[in-house]
Amino acid sequence: MSKKKGSTVFLENKPRILETASIAGQKESEGPLGCYFDCVITDGRFNEKSWEKAESKMQRQAVGILLEKTKKANSDIDFIFGGDLLNQCVGTSFGLLDYSIPFFGLYGACSTFCEGLCLSAMAVDGGFAHNVIAVTSSHFCSSERQFRFPLEYGGQRTPSAQWTVTASGAAMVCADEGNFAITAITPGKIVDKGIKDANNMGAAMAPAAVDTLIKHFTDRQIDENYYDLVITGDLGVVGSSIVSEQLENAGLVLGNRYTDCGKEIFDIEKQDVHAGGSGCGCCASVFSGYIFKKMQEGNLNKVLVCATGALMSTTSTFQGDSIPGVAHAVAVERI
Amino acid sequence: MNNHEYKKYAQQKVSPSPMGKNLFFAFLIGGLICTLGQALLDLFSFWGFEKKICFTLTSITLVFLSALATGIGKYDDLAKYAGAGTLVPITGFANAVVSPAIEFKDEGFVMGVGANMFKIAGPVIAYGVSASIVGGIITYVISIL
Repeated sequence: MSKKKGSTVFLENKPRILETASIAGQKESEGPLGCYFDCVITDGRFNEKSWEKAESKMQRQAVGILLEKTKKANSDIDFIFGGDLLNQCVGTSFGLLDYSIPFFGLYGACSTFCEGLCLSAMAVDGGFAHNVIAVTSSHFCSSERQFRFPLEYGGQRTPSAQWTVTASGAAMVCADEGNFAITAITPGKIVDKGIKDANNMGAAMAPAAVDTLIKHFTDRQIDENYYDLVITGDLGVVGSSIVSEQLENAGLVLGNRYTDCGKEIFDIEKQDVHAGGSGCGCCASVFSGYIFKKMQEGNLNKVLVCATGALMSTTSTFQGDSIPGVAHAVAVERI
Repeated sequence: MNNHEYKKYAQQKVSPSPMGKNLFFAFLIGGLICTLGQALLDLFSFWGFEKKICFTLTSITLVFLSALATGIGKYDDLAKYAGAGTLVPITGFANAVVSPAIEFKDEGFVMGVGANMFKIAGPVIAYGVSASIVGGIITYVISIL
């Protein structure tokens, strides 16, 4: 019998999220979720020679914390699904080099964390692996220099621009340990509504999130009250208000049950982040740091996390292409 | 909703840039930079330099101050409020050269600093020089007519 119905994969063997680990930068630690991160790096360079090396170290450390928390050795881990925003995912490949764990490099822009969770869950559910790690990271400084301007360049940000989060998050997906199962996943398709403004990525990604979320609720035949929380990855203020409104138009009134990691990680008013946070590390650290801890504390039992990615590059932007988006949804429930 | 309608809809969701505030600070800080330039010009002529030399010395001093402020990480803090007020004067040009030079030193002095320092200012130089050549030709043609 097929495990897939519509666009959603139902994981009958209930792969579990055993534990998560998170690490965040100084600015993120000063935000509303600051106290939930496992580790905070006060020096953006993390005692390394470059921002890229700092990002690699951050990801290495996130996996290190996860292994320590779960008391597992490198040899216990079957696969790592990892990625970041840097060209050719060098943040991840250099970061995970020393672990000697079979590695799948992913690029789904800021949707990478949920992409990793989807693949981890399917690998475990299918019996191909016992313990799998999904990890991603982003660093404000390494992203700025790759996608935008040098750090010291004097420019003004538009109100819709988002702030790349300096953080990394990792989750351990196991076959039979843990109290929280990944029950269903809805991998998203690429959606492009023609937005070309790289300073308004929330609006570019929102249609992909709407598409995935509607498919998820339809395929599972559940109503808006099923989840305690539905959280998108990094749509920020602009994108999340679009998602909220579009879902309402489609008959899904989530109200207070819906929020966005990019909105939650920073104090939008006080921290001068304009439309909120973005980056692979945004959803990864908010889920690994905040959401999963809230689940462990018993405050949340059923959560749908839907990371969103803007699939553009500086080349495609300069060549005048629009920004396609993608969103993957992962349902995590207490069992 | 087709792409065109979505673009319009998404645009409505974005709060517009605070034009009044931006214009005021651009005028104020840009004006202050220009006033500083004028003060330097007066100072150099007071010290007895030739008028032509005074212009050059003023530019050099402003470029130096801008490069220094960029180097110590203060120029972008000012530019956040000033916008075009720090972009348009010669100080903005210095910042556009110094900031990538700092940023790309991780890649070494040849492929990093050398290859990238004109990444932002390069197009301005290329088209500025091109425009001045065209202007020169036009002036020359008019002068021989």
